[in-house]
Amino acid sequence: MKRKHRFRKEDVELFLLALPTVVWYILFCYLPMFGIIIAFKQFRPTESNFIMSLIKSKFVGFDNFKFLFATPDAGIIFRNTLAYNAVFIVLGIVIPVTLAIMISQLHSQKLAKVCQTAMFLPHFLSWVVVSYFVFAFLSIDKGLINQLLKTMGRNPVEWYMQPQYWPYILTLLHVWKSVGYGMVVYLASISGIDINLYEAALIDGATKWQQVKYITLPMLKPIITIMFILSVGSIFSSDFGLFYNIPRNSGPLINATQTIDVYVYKALMGMNNIGFSSAAAFLQSIFGFITITTANWVVRKIDPNNSLF
Amino acid sequence: MAKDDLFSSTVTRFNRISTPTNILFSLIFIALALIAVVPLIFVIIISFSSASSIQRIGYSFFPKSWSAEAYKYLWNLRDVIGRSFLVSVGITVVGTLLGLFLNATMGYVLSRRNFVLRNFFTKLIFIPMLFSGGLVSTYLINTQVLKLGNTYWALILPIAVSSFYIIVLRTFFQTTVPDSLIESGKIDGASQFTIFFRIVLPISLPGLATIGLFLSFGYWNSWFPAMLYIQSTHQHMYPLQYVLMSIERNLQFLTQNSQFMIPDEALRRLPTESVRMAIVVIVVIPIALAYPFFQRYFISGLTIGAIKG
Repeated sequence: MKRKHRFRKEDVELFLLALPTVVWYILFCYLPMFGIIIAFKQFRPTESNFIMSLIKSKFVGFDNFKFLFATPDAGIIFRNTLAYNAVFIVLGIVIPVTLAIMISQLHSQKLAKVCQTAMFLPHFLSWVVVSYFVFAFLSIDKGLINQLLKTMGRNPVEWYMQPQYWPYILTLLHVWKSVGYGMVVYLASISGIDINLYEAALIDGATKWQQVKYITLPMLKPIITIMFILSVGSIFSSDFGLFYNIPRNSGPLINATQTIDVYVYKALMGMNNIGFSSAAAFLQSIFGFITITTANWVVRKIDPNNSLF
Repeated sequence: MAKDDLFSSTVTRFNRISTPTNILFSLIFIALALIAVVPLIFVIIISFSSASSIQRIGYSFFPKSWSAEAYKYLWNLRDVIGRSFLVSVGITVVGTLLGLFLNATMGYVLSRRNFVLRNFFTKLIFIPMLFSGGLVSTYLINTQVLKLGNTYWALILPIAVSSFYIIVLRTFFQTTVPDSLIESGKIDGASQFTIFFRIVLPISLPGLATIGLFLSFGYWNSWFPAMLYIQSTHQHMYPLQYVLMSIERNLQFLTQNSQFMIPDEALRRLPTESVRMAIVVIVVIPIALAYPFFQRYFISGLTIGAIKG
């Protein structure tokens, strides 16, 4: 239905009401989007005006990208980002869904509420704070884990120097911090399922397990699908706080823990390497866009109701 | 369907899991709840451990001796801690209010079905969820074009608006503000501004509270903008979380910036380990105490957003 392009007074007022937010989006979202061409230029701040500098900087095509991929870092950061995210996505659905189903079955609702509240706490802590928690456990001389190892007669481990443990450590921490949140989302869906479905199934002689398989899980499919698309869509992004703060910038750990986001930050701020940094950031944005639109397209083929757009 | 109560019974007396299973599940969740909470308790204990105890047996749940020396030491540094505390409180309050304004106005405008630019604006806020300019571009725009370096606005503006919040508020306005109310306002000759501020907002307090809480927690926990935009020449602007990050390596940051003269011997004796943990405690306790009470707002916000209302 074509709208007549007549701006009523109401429309003008609404436009003005939303204008500050529109300006915010232009300044903080869209302007940087145009700035992404810096990846294709050899940026030299020749003019006092940044935008003029950007325009005047030499266009170097894919040079930044070529040089970036000549370094071993490029492969490592993409591998790390995708691998960690793949694990996070799977665990981030399987574990909270399972726990949500389990906790909704507890006889004591009071216990369920208390446990759910407690499990929600990690979500509200920043990774900076959590890095101190981790340090209390993994500190080489004073940490709890090493002390336990000593009492068991084993040698203490220099945790912050041994990369092989860190995929497990980071994954465990990610699950620890996010499971409370995930559980709440799925619990909310579960609590919306019509109880009569279960009672009808019970009359038909269904076991608890069958009820879960044939009622709960299918009813959760929409929300699981949405969460899955959102996760896959951001498969090229990582939680900067987790990957930067927890390993405490320890050298030996870098190859096992550095993701694209951490690399972009370090290249930009530490090494002042705008070329590499912007090339990696550009790839991250482009690939991220492709993955989220693809994920949504796939879901739309399967079940149109559940797609995002 | 958004529910405040996650545990409205999905189980009747006759459809419950067996008692042994219940005991197993209950134990599992008690364990999980403890795992979620214990790290914080550990850190609290460390902060009250005496330096000699830490020296001799490391971090422990059962220190050889207790001491509040860490907190006494921090009290001596209260100008630095206090200042960053005020910075955090300041950006949280201003950020939350500003963020509420920006998100709610757009949320309201998008909820008006008759608005001429509704589709355009919806696309406007949706695209940044798919594609971003990347860290490099954003950083350069914010520092070179918008000149936000070393300003408090750099800590407030970049995270004031989120398309997620806008969608939640839009859904909220759509479902809880009856059209008739707005129509009657228009009949009375009220402008959209009047309608929004005097009619819609006062009855939307639950939705505003939800997003307000998201914003507050986000600002209190934020450290990344400080890391990007506040240089070490402007340490008086560091929010609390970033102070926490700065002292990870050494406590000199604190002693360097304090007005109080700390004699060298005191520095040598200073209880570094427990002081660090004491700062963590100060940073975390407000959140840890507050969130159980505000949980239901978070939950309703999450469920509206995640289940797409």
